[in-house]
Amino acid sequence: MHLHRYEKIWLMLGTGALALFIVILSVNAFAMGMTPPSHMEMIDPKKVDQTAPFDKPGLKKIGPNEYELVMVSFAFGYQPGNVEVPKGAKVTFITTSKDVVHGFQIPGTNVNTMVLPGHVSKITHTFDEPGKFLILCNEYCGAGHQIMATHVIVK
Amino acid sequence: MNREDNVRVDRAAAKLSLAHIYVAFIGFAIAALCGLLQGLVRGGIVTLPKWLGYYQLLTTHGVMMGLVFTTFFIIGLFLAGAARTSDGKLSPAASKLGWIGWWMMTIGTGMATVTILMNDASVLYTFYAPMKASPWFYVGAALLVVGSWFGGYAIFANYAAWKKANRGKTSPLFQYMAVSTMILWQIATLGVAVEVVFQLIPWSFGWVDGVDILLSRSLFWFFGHPLVYFWLMPAYAVWYVSIPKIIGGKVFSDSLARTSFVLFILLSMPVGFHHQLMEPGISASWKMIHVILTLMVVVPSLMTAFSMFATFETTGRAKGAKSLFGWFKTLPWGDVRFFAPFMGMLYFIPAGAGGIINASNQLNQVIHNTIWVTGHFHLTVGTSVALTFFAAAYWIIPHLTGRKLTKTANRLGIVQTVLWLVGMSMMSGAMHFLGLQGAPRRTDYTTYFNDETALGWMSYQKLMAMGGEILFFSSILLIGLVVYLAFFAPKGEEEFPIGETSENAEATPKVLERWGLWVGIAAFLIVLAYGVPLAQQINHAPPASAGFRTW
Repeated sequence: MHLHRYEKIWLMLGTGALALFIVILSVNAFAMGMTPPSHMEMIDPKKVDQTAPFDKPGLKKIGPNEYELVMVSFAFGYQPGNVEVPKGAKVTFITTSKDVVHGFQIPGTNVNTMVLPGHVSKITHTFDEPGKFLILCNEYCGAGHQIMATHVIVK
Repeated sequence: MNREDNVRVDRAAAKLSLAHIYVAFIGFAIAALCGLLQGLVRGGIVTLPKWLGYYQLLTTHGVMMGLVFTTFFIIGLFLAGAARTSDGKLSPAASKLGWIGWWMMTIGTGMATVTILMNDASVLYTFYAPMKASPWFYVGAALLVVGSWFGGYAIFANYAAWKKANRGKTSPLFQYMAVSTMILWQIATLGVAVEVVFQLIPWSFGWVDGVDILLSRSLFWFFGHPLVYFWLMPAYAVWYVSIPKIIGGKVFSDSLARTSFVLFILLSMPVGFHHQLMEPGISASWKMIHVILTLMVVVPSLMTAFSMFATFETTGRAKGAKSLFGWFKTLPWGDVRFFAPFMGMLYFIPAGAGGIINASNQLNQVIHNTIWVTGHFHLTVGTSVALTFFAAAYWIIPHLTGRKLTKTANRLGIVQTVLWLVGMSMMSGAMHFLGLQGAPRRTDYTTYFNDETALGWMSYQKLMAMGGEILFFSSILLIGLVVYLAFFAPKGEEEFPIGETSENAEATPKVLERWGLWVGIAAFLIVLAYGVPLAQQINHAPPASAGFRTW
């Protein structure tokens, strides 16, 4: 099929930019380890409270200023809430849902993951600045969706 | 004017098309009212009475705008266009199938509406199991989808009849585009049909205990992304076929137009995981494959952009424009049939750029499920597609009712378009800005217990509400014009503009109409992108979820 010369140039520039963009995304994802949260672990959604580590939710120190924070998401809140961590702490959030689908997002950071019943979500963030960080549910989960939130307090 | 220009859609086809268009605008009116209320609530300006929930409004707005207005309008537009390009008549089979589809869709819409009004289905149009709505909501949704298949069969039947009567000839471009859009729709809706029929309906009636959540979401998004191309392709059909005629020019290239539609069939389906980038249970590599395929769908849109501006320029130059951009002034800016879709095209530039951001796996992490996304699709479907449909309504309705788009109606149409653009710029702009700061989408008024960050969002939420008010005024004007053109405008003949291909364009390759080939390649790409991850999801599923009513 015949293409106009200008159209050839236009499409070559367009697809070229696209190819470059895809290369950058791939390098970012696989060479620099910045893939989106894709944890593969599963859990029985009816037995969350009896299954480790969600039978004992809370903050656990796993290294120098490095923590795991196990939280249960439910309609409409997170358990435990208002957890304090020291400044500079590297925190891995581990969560799952006891009921419907939820979200887990900290505005102002890259912490953003879905929380599905039957699956365990993990996401890590280093809190370099002190402050009170809002954790909110960003996936519609019912009549109280707008109050499903808590805080991480970084001191 | 040659013979082709005088073709008018006959009464029988007009009746069928109008039946679709009327339901579309009733849905639109309800959705517009819900949208206004949502904006006012979220802006902290009004509080809803006890008997009406925010999420009820949200579900209604999504179902009515995203499924009812679009699907009914698209099928109405295609049926009218199919008749217009087949000597004004639909084939008898097409007529019959069209009416079966209309009844199924209308009954389905009615069922879904009743369950939402009774607050038994505040689960949003995306379903989101394990929130469990009334089974009749899912049955209604299934009827709406299956009814739309019959609308597609009507388009196919008419196309087949045309081909039979015109052996060896290249089909009319408009019909070709209608057929490709409906092929895409048949394949895409398989995902949601499987979800609704095999997962949600048995589970909501209590015949099975649980539902696999990740699988239900993957099936939904198999449908959820091509859905946006189902909205976009009819708008592109208007751009490619009708706009050249309105501006007094010719279709730039018939074969390029067809190629871009074939590319949509191939590339818009194996991409659903880009809606699930933040989900556990899908590996990062499969997500990346979907991201790459998603970005490739930019190519047909680049082709469309080139074609449109090439048409504008060649037409302007043929009218005597000399300087580099002189042709720009020769365009009919005072004609709403051109002005509204052109503004839609213009807004598609930032909208498309936003879409590239959404589809990129790392950038998505910043905006996923924030109100940025809402801002994004209010530009794509809510502006580019919607303005094109409004403009199409301004000529199709009088064409079908035997009336005229008067000068005053045309002027009011331009006012309506400008109001829409102003309102949408304010609302969508504020949404994009808030989303970057992390404000969530689909959320009732909240300050998150007076959280400082959330309080900082409030002034932008007020801006959103103001934009919503302007959009609502624009909607009232639109509905007024639709009613006027349908029942009160002076009798006369309004043209259904169908452009001719320019003389120096080359013959269209036959391979473009070998549908089996394109559907085969599409199926191959779908199996490639979905086969392994879906098999994994089915074979390594977690124990199923029970249902919940959390609203």
